[in-house]
Amino acid sequence: MISVKNLTKSFGDFIAVDDLSFDVKAGEVLGFLGPNGAGKSTTMKMLTGFLQPTSGDINVAGLDISRSRQKIQSMIGYLPEGAPSYGDMTPLQFLRFIAEIRGLGGAEKRDRVDSVIEQVDLKSVLNKSIDNLSKGFKRRVGLAQAIIHDPEILILDEPTDGLDPNQKHQVRELIDNLSKEKIVIISTHILEEVAAVCNRAMIISGGRKLFDGTPLELQKKSRYYKAVSLHMSYASDISGLAELAGVADMEVDPKSGTVTLFPEGDASILPAITDLIHRNQLPIDDFFVEQGRLDDVFREITEEGVTS
Amino acid sequence: MSHIGTIVKREFSSFFATPVAYVFIVIFLMMAGVFTFYIGGLFERGQADLLPFFNFHPWLYLFLVPAMAMRTWSEERKSGTIELIMTLPVTVFEVMLGKFLAAWLVLGVSLLLTFPLWLTVNYLGHPDNGVILAAYIGSWLMAGAFLAIGICMSALSKSQVVAFILAVVVCFLFVLSGSNIVLDAFEGWVPAIVTDTIASFSFLTHFESISKGVIALNDVGYFLIVISVWLYAGLVIIENKKAD
Repeated sequence: MISVKNLTKSFGDFIAVDDLSFDVKAGEVLGFLGPNGAGKSTTMKMLTGFLQPTSGDINVAGLDISRSRQKIQSMIGYLPEGAPSYGDMTPLQFLRFIAEIRGLGGAEKRDRVDSVIEQVDLKSVLNKSIDNLSKGFKRRVGLAQAIIHDPEILILDEPTDGLDPNQKHQVRELIDNLSKEKIVIISTHILEEVAAVCNRAMIISGGRKLFDGTPLELQKKSRYYKAVSLHMSYASDISGLAELAGVADMEVDPKSGTVTLFPEGDASILPAITDLIHRNQLPIDDFFVEQGRLDDVFREITEEGVTS
Repeated sequence: MSHIGTIVKREFSSFFATPVAYVFIVIFLMMAGVFTFYIGGLFERGQADLLPFFNFHPWLYLFLVPAMAMRTWSEERKSGTIELIMTLPVTVFEVMLGKFLAAWLVLGVSLLLTFPLWLTVNYLGHPDNGVILAAYIGSWLMAGAFLAIGICMSALSKSQVVAFILAVVVCFLFVLSGSNIVLDAFEGWVPAIVTDTIASFSFLTHFESISKGVIALNDVGYFLIVISVWLYAGLVIIENKKAD
């Protein structure tokens, strides 16, 4: 439904987005990942029609954004970075204003305003001015504004930035609960968030696409994916572990004494390890299968991208 | 087009939610009173008209209107709401016009609140109310011209102070170009047509002829053109540098 081709944006000499192409289909929750200044926000600003691309095409639902900007904008709900809103208004006034601009009126407007207030839990602050709200509430007002017209496409620029864990959880739940037929694009630099809410992840750095796949594929790129870590209550013979079939490598963390076993490719090493532990009666007090360390993958991919 | 009403409503109530409108109205009324009675000598003149009141309007607007207009776009840029409003399905034209109309309405309200002066002269004598009405209309039109300049300057900069100073300077040029100081400097060595052209750019010349009670098409047209040109310039500025 969204199709981006050879998108480029430069500000003077600085190239913020460099020949980026991708498609997003209905039902996808796409996470834009990337270091600060990678071009995530710039890409979103072009998708929402705020910035004009230097070159390249953006097509949404078969419409070209340079020709049908307003029509596309009416399909999109957008939370800009930092969740800006008119501070002198109250959340209620603000949401009513947005609803009116979005072309809602009468009973429909009332229903939608009530329903988003419910969804993002704004009831307690409805009549305070937005300037006086906490960061979490401001962010929620921004979210409410973005979903008020029940958009087909939701674009959220760092929706959980600066929120406490409870609020983050709420935002993720909200995204989860959106209809499965919609497109959601979120940008973040929190990696767990991608694993938690997205079904597709895209890493951007220096304005270029460096990775595009599922969060699972991203985890699989990690050396730690399906690796087994264990810890023993006292020193004992662990030489047998490294020789097990399927184990590629063994590392011992000198500080904590945690032993990590890396599998060869996709091999499942868990049964062999538990067998050996039982046979040799190793004094295990901690044992777990790693899920892949996204931070490492992220660093590897983005640093490669910078040097290449 | 239906969006304009929504935007006017929001902007108008925002003037009253922040104390901008109240401060403006109170200062405007106080200054108008001071100018009219102390400097203009409304009573001492012994004439039942409001000329001393209207004569000072250009100078009053020169500082007050830019102060009111400076926040229109600067604040949107500073707080980032420009990104919000520009990604809603509205055109820049609708936002621009909405902002202008809202502020112009506040100016209109301030003008209407000077009605005690009108009551006073009507109580004391028999003024030509047609002339007074024309002067009110002229003053409102002129305020709109000041406002359009202020809004355009506000579109230029993130800083309200910069917007204010630029607006005052440009407005000052438009006021001054009809005054004797400027015209005398040109008198004698340039053809009369040039001095006439310079004078015709002035708010003063056009306002004075309206405030004498003559609502001529060229004076009204002049203010409407000034308003459109400056608003259009602001529109072009916003379109081209939304993100800075």
